[in-house]
Amino acid sequence: MSTSARYWREIPQRYRLEAGKCKKCSRIAFPPRLVCPSCSSREFETVRLPDTGTVLTYTVIRVAPTPFSDEAPYAVAVVELKGGTRLTAQIADCPLDSIKIGQNVKVEFRRIRDEGQAGIICYGYKCVPIVS
Amino acid sequence: MRSELQESDKGDSHRRHQRGRLKRKRCIEAFEKNYEAILSREESMRDVAVIGVGMNRWGELWEKSMRDIFVEAALAAIDDAGVDHIESMYVGCMTSGLFVGQEHLGSLMADYLGVASIPATRVESACASGGVALRLGFLEVASGMSDIVLVGGVEKMTDVSGGEATYALSTAADQEYEDYQGITFPGLYAMMAHRHMYDYGTTREQLAQVAVKNHQHGSMNPLAQYPFKVTVEAVLNSVLVADPLRILDCSPITDGAAAVILCPVEMARKMSTKPMVQIIGSGQATDTIALHSRKDLTWLSATAMASERAFQMAGVGPSDLQLAEVHDCFTIAEICVIEALGLVEKGQGGKAAESGLTALGGKIPVNTSGGLKAKGHPVGATGVAQAIEIVKQLRGDAGERQVEGARLGLSQNMGGTGGSTAVHIFRRG
Ligand SMILES: [Zn+2]
Repeated sequence: MSTSARYWREIPQRYRLEAGKCKKCSRIAFPPRLVCPSCSSREFETVRLPDTGTVLTYTVIRVAPTPFSDEAPYAVAVVELKGGTRLTAQIADCPLDSIKIGQNVKVEFRRIRDEGQAGIICYGYKCVPIVS
Repeated sequence: MRSELQESDKGDSHRRHQRGRLKRKRCIEAFEKNYEAILSREESMRDVAVIGVGMNRWGELWEKSMRDIFVEAALAAIDDAGVDHIESMYVGCMTSGLFVGQEHLGSLMADYLGVASIPATRVESACASGGVALRLGFLEVASGMSDIVLVGGVEKMTDVSGGEATYALSTAADQEYEDYQGITFPGLYAMMAHRHMYDYGTTREQLAQVAVKNHQHGSMNPLAQYPFKVTVEAVLNSVLVADPLRILDCSPITDGAAAVILCPVEMARKMSTKPMVQIIGSGQATDTIALHSRKDLTWLSATAMASERAFQMAGVGPSDLQLAEVHDCFTIAEICVIEALGLVEKGQGGKAAESGLTALGGKIPVNTSGGLKAKGHPVGATGVAQAIEIVKQLRGDAGERQVEGARLGLSQNMGGTGGSTAVHIFRRG
């Protein structure tokens, strides 16, 4: 399934972690939205999310969907960034059995996958453990 | 360091939970404020009966087309009801486009059922498509718009490879912010499982107990795809799909359909010779599509809200039920669902299967049909098949797996990681 047009649209979020900050209640929406889910305001300013956070939960994908079949096994987590915004991201650069809830991670710009039919290489964010 | 982290994180989790409860309480208060208006609206609604059910054996039905699978179930329901026509129909189906390259199921199924000309509507709400279709059929009869309505569900999933099926199902998650990162449905529920284990001490064995119980129940259901029993050891030694979930924690890929016939209770009393089963409560709700957007990663708020609405309409509560069919697409799902329905306290779901509370013969048997786990999970058909199990139990037709004296049962059907949910309450008599 071709996702090239969609891929292009999402570059600000994928490459630069751009989010929308509600001008009324300061809630941060990632990805940006047109309506604030907290206060229904429609006025946002663009902000860049912090690049460190904590693992809230995780899994190791052993059976992958078609676009990722060559990558398995790989780890995916729900990460809470500083300031409270949450996202789903792969955890890279560490042994799969070392990942723990509560672990501190840093967001990095990485290759995500090749897009089958269009042949482009898709990039985005992954998280890597912060070694103290 | 780790224990400190855990402690502060548990504090956060507790505060989040409290906030979640407050939000839910406010929603319920708003609902109650409107309740009188709703009651008067409900007074003008007609009572609705389920007068026919139809379902054939589920499994890998390679020799049958999607349309034939659906029509067989629909004909069985029509025969069971003893009606000579239907006025309208709903077809629950998640993604026939990705599974068999076919959309426009309203026309296709009405045509092949030999009733082309009637209104026929395909309903999609991911894995809750069947439950939401049931609600629409219920509303159509209750409103007085139609008298005899067929509600069916279907999914033909085994025509594609495992990878393609995984991809098709993953479209129920957020394509752009979950799937893009390589997550799968087992993966999303696996993340709920890890968090439930972390927050409440739920064990790997307790997850396995859900599969053991549902396969035990399913072994008494001749229509189940996998009517064999499994042991805790077998679950724990099965192949890892997404840590900590193994293949025997997952519901299977299934071809199947299910259908019911609805009509006003007044009409059912005149024409049906079967024990009366009524739908006395219906509730539907939504939650964020992405799991990561939820304040509490293991609390299914759409299930809590939908059941609250259904219980209000029915005028009963969780402790009045004799059985429930719930959406156990993964073992952890049943654990989270029974908490959100109020069948057990929050955080106590893991102990329910282990202690026998939710087994046949226990205080509140859950998934006597074998659940999605053993009966199979043709996604669009699941919500309708849950209703069929409850109707069979309330009629006293459940054979070996009959819950003695069953009078009140509930079905809960959810889409995605709980982004949509439909709940129905059924009463005998
Ligand atoms: Zn706001």
